Amino acid sequence: MESQEVKLMKGNEAIAHAAIRCGADAFFGYPITPQSEIIETLAALKPWETTGMVVLQAESEVASINMVYGGAGSGKRVLTTSSSPGIALMQEGISYMAGAELPGVFVNVQRGGPGLGTIQPSQGDYFQATRGGGNGDYQVIVLAPASVQEMADFVDLAFTLAFRYRNPAMILSDGVIGQMMEKVVLPPMKPRRTEEEISKECPWAAMGRPKSRKPNIITSLELSSEVMEKRNILLQEKYAEIEAKEVRCEMHQCEDADYVIVAFGSAARIAEKSVELLREEGIKVGLFRPITLWPFPSKEIVELSKGKKGILVAEINAGQMVQDVRLAVNGTLPVEHFGRLGGIVPDPSEIMEALKSKLVNK
Amino acid sequence: MTQNDIIAPENLVYSKPELMNDTTMHYCPGCSHGEVHKLIAEIIEEMGMAEKTVGVSPVGCAVFAYRYLDIDWEEAAHGRAPAVATAIKRCWPDRLVFSYQGDGDLACIGTAETIHALNRGEHIAIIFINNAIYGMTGGQMAPTTLIGQKTSTCPYGRDPEIHGYPLNITEIAAHLQGTCYVSRQSVDTVASIMKAKKAIRKAFEASMQGLGSSLVEIVSTCNSGWKLSPVKSNEWMRENMFNVYEKGDLKDTTNIK
Repeated sequence: MESQEVKLMKGNEAIAHAAIRCGADAFFGYPITPQSEIIETLAALKPWETTGMVVLQAESEVASINMVYGGAGSGKRVLTTSSSPGIALMQEGISYMAGAELPGVFVNVQRGGPGLGTIQPSQGDYFQATRGGGNGDYQVIVLAPASVQEMADFVDLAFTLAFRYRNPAMILSDGVIGQMMEKVVLPPMKPRRTEEEISKECPWAAMGRPKSRKPNIITSLELSSEVMEKRNILLQEKYAEIEAKEVRCEMHQCEDADYVIVAFGSAARIAEKSVELLREEGIKVGLFRPITLWPFPSKEIVELSKGKKGILVAEINAGQMVQDVRLAVNGTLPVEHFGRLGGIVPDPSEIMEALKSKLVNK
Repeated sequence: MTQNDIIAPENLVYSKPELMNDTTMHYCPGCSHGEVHKLIAEIIEEMGMAEKTVGVSPVGCAVFAYRYLDIDWEEAAHGRAPAVATAIKRCWPDRLVFSYQGDGDLACIGTAETIHALNRGEHIAIIFINNAIYGMTGGQMAPTTLIGQKTSTCPYGRDPEIHGYPLNITEIAAHLQGTCYVSRQSVDTVASIMKAKKAIRKAFEASMQGLGSSLVEIVSTCNSGWKLSPVKSNEWMRENMFNVYEKGDLKDTTNIK
């Protein structure tokens, strides 16, 4: 069966193939390192000739995200991809999408910052992704892949969650996952939805108004404070539902562990090796990997922390997710942070040494 | 003659287009927006596209355009309407997709989106209301504010040494390869309203025939922002704006009558 064929490809390429295969209607994007292979792969695959998927290079990331807004507002499965500085430019559009409750998908293949920063990998956009880099009280569903396989699998998952909750969803990857090549089984081909299916799934979409219904208006604007507060309360209720139902995480050798490393994305891949090295030295360590960064697996971490001696949060940043871990465990056990900055990717031994010096031999 | 005689179908000489609802407009009395809204509603009906149209409203005075015309709408972030319209049209090629934008939205914050959507030849129509001032925020300087014109952010008059020059984006649009129809009109007299309607209709037709992108500028009044009566505003517009923003077709490669 063709769909079960094992391929070797980059994480960025996997995103492009997965987008076509999961029945995406359109991609709008602007080139930026280290993720330009996504739009290049799509351009080479010419899906407009096969599935009918639109691929358009926009004039900027600002335009890209507003194209996602436009397409999503008309009920279509639309995505964009970029890297950190480009995602910063998109924040206005993401806030508008959250406000108008639009189900778009965007991928951030992170690089180091701040500013123009570096083209090397980083996880420095955790706050931007989970706190909301745009204006207002809103949340974006954030999935953090740790392999090329998850890059491929999370595109359809992000669309599913986005449409289930009418909310933007982000895949927060980084330059390691985007650029590395791994074995991947691409998802099976799924046809794009028909007009009838879209009308049924998205009765709110602005796609031309049949006489049988009232006009559909996509907007985040409301000048009456009373009505706006109600809209905000409804958003908060939706976020609470997502927090209750959509947390995803993975545990590895945590049962007998005295210490736990908490890491996401590429840092989790590196930390897997650190766990192995530490266990060789007789230190019982496990790995906890949040897959959804929002909703954050707080309850799971609290449960896991019971009886443990300490947690090391390993990130490729100056200490961002560590705040969520500390909030979750609320002072019940030591929570330390290890990170590298500026585009430096840590070695497994560095995480191992950090755990020993900050927790075991303290 | 009783009122019933007057409204009898055979005596009817004018009626509001069906697509225009009865919501009270938030526009100031004397503003050009209402007239252009009505033209758009009439044209969509006449083209038989009522069920196949998506409008994109801007940030500015026309932000609430979606309240008045009973079609589907998306309200775009400030300046981004051409990007939003691009995506809708690319996703739904058989729909009539237009954006409706003011001078600040289209020619200032959204200049990049405007130029690039037009230059890609997107099969959309852009309706551009140019009243040379920011109306919604209370009368600040616009990219199209005339030299010497007073606004709240150039209270001593626009001075090119300080504020630069008025941007004539419609002239720029006419030079882009992606545009098939670029026109500048006004709605201050019955004759000009008829011409403006013809121009918008041509832009809409061209978009459905896939001939390229179209831009129709309506040189408009903002009597509140200009601090003039509606009648005086029309006079001021004719005297001061028409020589800077000359009316007529700037480009037409459509062969549409």
